[in-house]
Amino acid sequence: MDKLLLIIKREYMAKVRNKSFVIMTFLSPILMVGMIVLVAYLAKMNDNEQRVIGILNESNFFSNDFRSTEATAYVYFNNITIEEAKDSTAGLGYHGLLYIPKQGTLEKVAEKSFFYSNDTPNTAVLDKLEDIFQAKLQKKKLQDLGVSIADYAAIDNHYEINIATFSGTQNLKGLTELKAIIGGAFGYLIMMFIIIYGGFVMRSVIEEKTSRIIEVIISSVKPFQLMMGKIIGTSLAGVTQFAIWIISASLLLLVALYFFDIELGGMNSAANLPTDAISTIESAEANGNLQLYVNELIKIPWITLITFFVVYFILGYLIYSSIYAAIGAAVDNETDTQQFIFPIILPLMLAIYVGFFSVFSNPHGPIAVGFSLFPLTSPIVMLMRLPGGIGEGGVPLWQLLTSIAILIGTFIGIVWLAAKIYRIGILMYGKKPTYKELIKWLRY
Amino acid sequence: MNKILVANEVTKRFGDYTALNKVSLEIPENSIYGLLGPNGAGKTTLIRIINQIIYPDAGQVFFDGKPLEPQHISMIGYLPEERGLYKSMKVGEQVLYLAQLKGLHKNEAKKRLKFWFDKFEIGDWWNKKVQELSKGMAQKIQFIVTVLHEPKLLIFDEPFSGFDPINANIIKEEILLLREKGASIIFSTHRMESVEELCEYIALIHESNKILDGKLSDIKKAYKNNIFNVGLQVENGEALLKELMDKFKITIPNFHEEEKQLDFNIQLPSPKTGELLTYLSSKANINHFKETVPSANDIFIQTVQNKNING
Repeated sequence: MDKLLLIIKREYMAKVRNKSFVIMTFLSPILMVGMIVLVAYLAKMNDNEQRVIGILNESNFFSNDFRSTEATAYVYFNNITIEEAKDSTAGLGYHGLLYIPKQGTLEKVAEKSFFYSNDTPNTAVLDKLEDIFQAKLQKKKLQDLGVSIADYAAIDNHYEINIATFSGTQNLKGLTELKAIIGGAFGYLIMMFIIIYGGFVMRSVIEEKTSRIIEVIISSVKPFQLMMGKIIGTSLAGVTQFAIWIISASLLLLVALYFFDIELGGMNSAANLPTDAISTIESAEANGNLQLYVNELIKIPWITLITFFVVYFILGYLIYSSIYAAIGAAVDNETDTQQFIFPIILPLMLAIYVGFFSVFSNPHGPIAVGFSLFPLTSPIVMLMRLPGGIGEGGVPLWQLLTSIAILIGTFIGIVWLAAKIYRIGILMYGKKPTYKELIKWLRY
Repeated sequence: MNKILVANEVTKRFGDYTALNKVSLEIPENSIYGLLGPNGAGKTTLIRIINQIIYPDAGQVFFDGKPLEPQHISMIGYLPEERGLYKSMKVGEQVLYLAQLKGLHKNEAKKRLKFWFDKFEIGDWWNKKVQELSKGMAQKIQFIVTVLHEPKLLIFDEPFSGFDPINANIIKEEILLLREKGASIIFSTHRMESVEELCEYIALIHESNKILDGKLSDIKKAYKNNIFNVGLQVENGEALLKELMDKFKITIPNFHEEEKQLDFNIQLPSPKTGELLTYLSSKANINHFKETVPSANDIFIQTVQNKNING
């Protein structure tokens, strides 16, 4: 036990004192926040250019409806032909020309109106133009039909079907997705952690092998102790790094937001949330339902979620990192690891993608259940299902327990196998291992 | 005499390959023991079993009379053939870490380490990283790591490979000093001549089997075959040589015409040399007359050949 602690301490110190590790720890948040700020800043810069649009309106339906804004200025042409208007637009260097012809009906006007520009028009500009164009024509149409604006506003209401469980708890739509996103975030964290720090474990094993210190050490401690000490020490360093990242990145982001006065809200939600969730949130806001959503989010079983995050994180990480350690032991240098790495990453990727596709659409469907029981994917997929809670409406208790039991069983089996390969591999030099070779080692 | 280590019919297989086949050894306390044999004979496998890095499939190992157990690890010092250090770790820290893994308390390890650093005059290396050291310097550190916990049994696998002659000598002296203080030492090597002068006992390992072991002086006595190396000052060397060749088995004869110097090896039917010496001294002036003692290498080759002939 004392020796295990010694090894953990050494591995931890070796990792956190490593120059590139220190640099990555402190540079990453700066780079990340810098990137966000830069993107936001550039987007803002991009929009700063004011575009001028020429308007040639010959119809009676429009007058001064296009009003200049910061981003777009509208210049009205009067009493000239369309050809002249096109020439002047090009000559003045305007972004484009909106031509609305004189026609008898709304439909005809819509049909014959065109936007002319030198090359493909800016999407934002065109959207804005269309918005105004459409709103105005709709209004006219309503008048033609004899519907008052107030009546129309009264129509524009949501006629939706509410959803509830049999026991009567009312649910909000889009919440399933929202919950899966929260679970997915945890799952994603596990995957990233495994890939980054599993790789560290592997490189650390290879380093011991190539520097030939391994035999001195395993004449003092058991290979298993060394392997576990290495895995634990490296992951503690990883946890330290993650903690520093999360804390410093959020601090930096706050500072950056304060100083650069950048609006991130739109960007974030647009980038990370599926449109379903956004629209539900938006409609919820519109309906004054946001409070309900907040309540629902608070109702997500956070304590359960975090508890099982820790359980799945530890078991999943130990399984994968012992495989990484075994790979490190089997090879002589990092270039030989490729053929073994891919089969490890595969179930992780599968878990993320299957999780995002099938857990989103049906958190308790057969695919979601299957992958949340299969030990190599369960740490990620089960976490995506868990925000729905345990028991009724959530993950059935037996599935959770079975999943953990299978995971623990796999953990013991894999660590045992990995330790065997590790024990033989660390003393093998100059052999490029094949899968056949590795299976042979298991019999030694 | 008390045995520090006894191996009893130790067998180890790797898959279909038998690395050690019923090897039995007895290593007397406070001796220097040579484990000799060509590469791939099974020496390192045996050493790894003694160090409990791997475990035998059959047979037992006893340390100081008791079955080998994890607690014995702290009483064994091992310098493996494949040796190295953590490259980016500081020398002082590294040795302390390795000593602690051997069960030494940190403060005690520090004290002893100071002693060794003073002895080798390398006190200023403490805060250096291993990658800044030369190979010879790193080897000194490795030696210190091996002996710092003052083990009862020291195992050196190919100890002098890679050492420069000066360092090799320093290490040799230190090993002899350790023996004087009561340690038992195992040398394992395929270069038999490098340790022959140091060893009191040897075991020859060949193709996973022990083919010979015992006290080196006894073995040499047993393998003496009455061959003597003779150097004569004689006028008519050719004639004398011809005369001798009729009666005895003569090897590597050489007559130097100008200096009238005749050299040869002669095999006698018995260890008695009186008759030959009387005869030679009547014919020539004897410059030297010396029994040729077989080297460990000769004994090894001879034993292997005998084995092959006998099946």
